[in-house]
Amino acid sequence: MHDYDDQGAGSSRRAAGELEAAALAVLQASGSALTPGQVLDRLGGGLAYTTVVTILSRLHAKGVLTRLRSGRAYSYAPVADEPGLAARRMRGVLDAEADREAVLTRFVSELSPADENLLRRMLAQPDSSG
Amino acid sequence: MHVSEWLPLVIPAIAAVAARPLAERLPPRTATWLLAISSVILAAASCGVLGLLALAAAVRIPYVDAAAGMSIRAVNSSDPGSVPLGILAGALLAAAATAAVRAVWLRTTALMAAHQHTRRLPRAGVLTGAAEAVVVQDDGVDAYTVPGWPSRIVVTSGMLAALNPAEREVLLAHERAHAGSCHYIFTAVARLAAAANPLLIPLASAIGFCVERWADERAAAAAGSRPLAARTIAKAALAAASAPAARSHYAVLLGALPRPARARGPGVVPRRVAALLGPPPRLRLVLLVLAVALVAIAGLSALDAAGDLHAMIETAQSAA
Repeated sequence: MHDYDDQGAGSSRRAAGELEAAALAVLQASGSALTPGQVLDRLGGGLAYTTVVTILSRLHAKGVLTRLRSGRAYSYAPVADEPGLAARRMRGVLDAEADREAVLTRFVSELSPADENLLRRMLAQPDSSG
Repeated sequence: MHVSEWLPLVIPAIAAVAARPLAERLPPRTATWLLAISSVILAAASCGVLGLLALAAAVRIPYVDAAAGMSIRAVNSSDPGSVPLGILAGALLAAAATAAVRAVWLRTTALMAAHQHTRRLPRAGVLTGAAEAVVVQDDGVDAYTVPGWPSRIVVTSGMLAALNPAEREVLLAHERAHAGSCHYIFTAVARLAAAANPLLIPLASAIGFCVERWADERAAAAAGSRPLAARTIAKAALAAASAPAARSHYAVLLGALPRPARARGPGVVPRRVAALLGPPPRLRLVLLVLAVALVAIAGLSALDAAGDLHAMIETAQSAA
């Protein structure tokens, strides 16, 4: 069983994976190519510049990011949505499966209008604003 | 019909009523295991009793007795089951078997399709614990885990944009919990049991809710804040409602299963949020013991009924 509390030898590897996820998320959200410095700014959290460079070049080596030379540094952008295309294709095929919804575990399921009102009220409560 | 024959047929109906309260009161991991194991035992016990009723009626047919080397006089003096009841039970058992085979087939093909397509996904390089995450360029707000070897987490860029970094961590931790704890096995087992005995459909729905709660609590533990996890789910659900991802059908947890009437109280997402805003779930031993006892009675009754029929057949065989 993979427990989160199980912070053993795998934790540094997982931390690297999470940083890659975060960096990719920043680039996906930005919509334009970013330099390591810009990624660092958006990631925050007291990371070293060299760490960000390492993460971005690793993602580039894995074929997730393309890089363009901009001045003395590189700027990075997600590869022409190749994973996205494949994932969408997968979703298309799974859509055809009667059992698809039961196979996938979705983060949030659909809301009724009453549920929406309820959630808005829950979000408005001061103790839920964390 | 003896008590040992009808108990396994009645107890699934009681379990159907108890499933949702149990799912909301027990810690989600305990509830998931309890409900999944109960589904299997109750489905097996009820199908077993149907088979016994059909068999008990069959031994009243002289030809069957002759073929099995049994004395028809001994059979008739021992008050076996009624023939109409046996025919009904046999028909129900055949329907249950057909539905179960169909459910296994559907689930297996869906899992195989998921597996093949996750294998073809390029390595996104985003190792997140047990599963790899893939970000899909899609303004629609959606995130889900595709089971497989390994499982894959798919998140749309719309979902990422809707959440701040801390909330993204909650989302990823939630999906990692699904992938790492193989939640799809629980939902598949529940669905198989519900196919064999439709009275168990509420248990399958409750298990769908429990695995979400299980993943929510793990995400809250990983983030160190239950209110943060609650807010993330509420935000994501509201964002998804205003910008749904393109897909042919947008069903809740166990899609093709008939849904219980939505009119009864809040839906799954508000219940998950409310559970995270409330006190952490604690183990209620009395509830657990009652539930286990009920399921054990169903299982033992079915075994008892099988023992009775076996003894009757042996007596009739020795009297022949």
